[in-house]
Amino acid sequence: MAELQLKSHRFRAEREADWRRLERLLDRAQKGGLKKLTPPELLDLPILYRQALSSLSVARAISLDQALIDYLEALSTRAYFFVYGARASLWARIGGFFRRDWPGAVKAIWRETLAATLITALAAVVAFGLVMREPEWFQSFVPAQLAAGRDPAATTASLRATLYPVLNGKEGLEVMASFLFTHNSQIAIFAFAFGFALCVLTVGLMAANGATLGAFLALFAQHGLLFESVGWLMIHGVTELFAVILAGGAGISIGSAVVFPGERSRLDAAMHAGRRGAVVMAGVIVMLFLAALLEGFARQLVQVDAARYAIATATAAIWGVYFYAPRKAGRAAL
Amino acid sequence: MKRPRKLKAARAPREAGDGRRAFVTPEGVDLRLQVGAYVDRLGALAIDLMIVGGVLVALTLLILATFFAAWRSHDELLARALMVVWLLGSFVLRLGYFIGFELHGSGATPGKRIMGLRVIARDGRRLTADAIFARNAMRELEVFLPATFLFARGSGVDGALTTLGGIWTGVFVLFPLFNRDRLRLGDIAAGTLVVKAPKVKLLRDIAESAPVTLNGAAFSPAQLDAYGVKELQVLEQVLRGGDRRTMAAVAKRIRGKIGWEGPADVPDATFLNAYYAGLRHRLETGLLFGRRRADKHDVLAQEKT
Repeated sequence: MAELQLKSHRFRAEREADWRRLERLLDRAQKGGLKKLTPPELLDLPILYRQALSSLSVARAISLDQALIDYLEALSTRAYFFVYGARASLWARIGGFFRRDWPGAVKAIWRETLAATLITALAAVVAFGLVMREPEWFQSFVPAQLAAGRDPAATTASLRATLYPVLNGKEGLEVMASFLFTHNSQIAIFAFAFGFALCVLTVGLMAANGATLGAFLALFAQHGLLFESVGWLMIHGVTELFAVILAGGAGISIGSAVVFPGERSRLDAAMHAGRRGAVVMAGVIVMLFLAALLEGFARQLVQVDAARYAIATATAAIWGVYFYAPRKAGRAAL
Repeated sequence: MKRPRKLKAARAPREAGDGRRAFVTPEGVDLRLQVGAYVDRLGALAIDLMIVGGVLVALTLLILATFFAAWRSHDELLARALMVVWLLGSFVLRLGYFIGFELHGSGATPGKRIMGLRVIARDGRRLTADAIFARNAMRELEVFLPATFLFARGSGVDGALTTLGGIWTGVFVLFPLFNRDRLRLGDIAAGTLVVKAPKVKLLRDIAESAPVTLNGAAFSPAQLDAYGVKELQVLEQVLRGGDRRTMAAVAKRIRGKIGWEGPADVPDATFLNAYYAGLRHRLETGLLFGRRRADKHDVLAQEKT
């Protein structure tokens, strides 16, 4: 035994240069992004990554140098993150989202959407009927919403403060409108997130939202303004309410996936529903943005009831066709 | 109830307590990732919230200043426009900050990067945009909603509700502590995992510089059979640590155990180095023949030699 030659040492000596090279490439890529790497380097990166992975496997089998294994684990992990990290051209992703992913995801949760619609409509009808018969009911819908877990900070004071001036004249309408926008986008996100709590809270939110709508309309109706108020509401409300209902549908789909996971494990089912719901939600926020635009501009500019109804009908038709019309291309890959 | 094929695969190879998790890449290699510690994640969240909060306060102050100017000059349209800007701005900031940074190649917000954490997809595939959106939308429920509960005291909300908010926060904030992968609700919905992504330097191989013989004396096979892999790795740590007193103690133990009769004037570090190299050579040769001797009590692997 003249010279103690460890096989693991030879193994390391042969490959170390490649590991170092991969490490340097990763360092540079992390600092300056992909643009810092030349095309040949970019081509080498996945190869070096696979080499590092195979080195790790071999090292685990033949080497007892813990420091070496630790290093290779960390290096492979970093390279893995880089090779498999979230990376796509922003425009390609946005294009794919609007062309395929979003409508696909919305279509996929049509059952839940229908359920959310029915709940909202039912609550609206009930609230409408109650307030029409007994105006005091209007007040009682506000605490009921708080109990359902809606944001009390934004509501208790501000809701009452903004609701009553509505009856006095046209002045208060914009205040209520901007209030409704933030309120609805908040409801949308909560409705989605609440779905996790086994749908119960999402259903509650949908009902509360519908009840608010019904109560509002009843208030106007009592003053003989039902037709005008529906036009005033629906010019943006078609988009806004549809967005909130979709969010509720996404929430319900998560909740039902947790309760009835079917073939998958519960964790898996929650993940699939969560990701699909997230696609829907990203679009819902876009819808709420559009609704805000309609609310801010179209409603100020369009003062004729018939035109308002026309816009409302048109948006309803556009959304319906966009989401539910049959498509040639394959659906979202979720 | 469930079909735990995937779960089982994820759980089986994990040793208890070291916080590592089996994570198989598409190439089929297990990276054994370190799950991000709860404390680290809280720290990361705190940093991120401070950044978002700081920007939000700045934005608010800026808009308030303009708002009052508009108010005084009775420019109602501008005032309304500012309100819309504030509402949209704070909304976009709150959600966009987390999503934007996590979507960006490094998969981490500034807070996470400082704490050495990053987000990955639990199934080992590419981290997708919808997963990032899902995990951050859930944050509304976990952090921002209860926060509004807690800070709502001033506006006539009764104490019961604030208490409810507190309990709510408690449940969700502590949720990651009740599962091994430290998943928060958003991670479950999105199928993501937050892991520690450290940078490790390649240390030199300490067997490389080891002397083969100590003043002419070498270790006998029997002397090298005294220990297994576990002891070898402890010895590696001792040698890399370089603490003289520990080395002296360890060298004394080993000399006693193997009945070392060679020259006694060899320095402890040299002795240990040589023994490390000899032991590693012996154990690695065993590995090549398919015998892995886990520790000194593992005699089965030695039977054939």
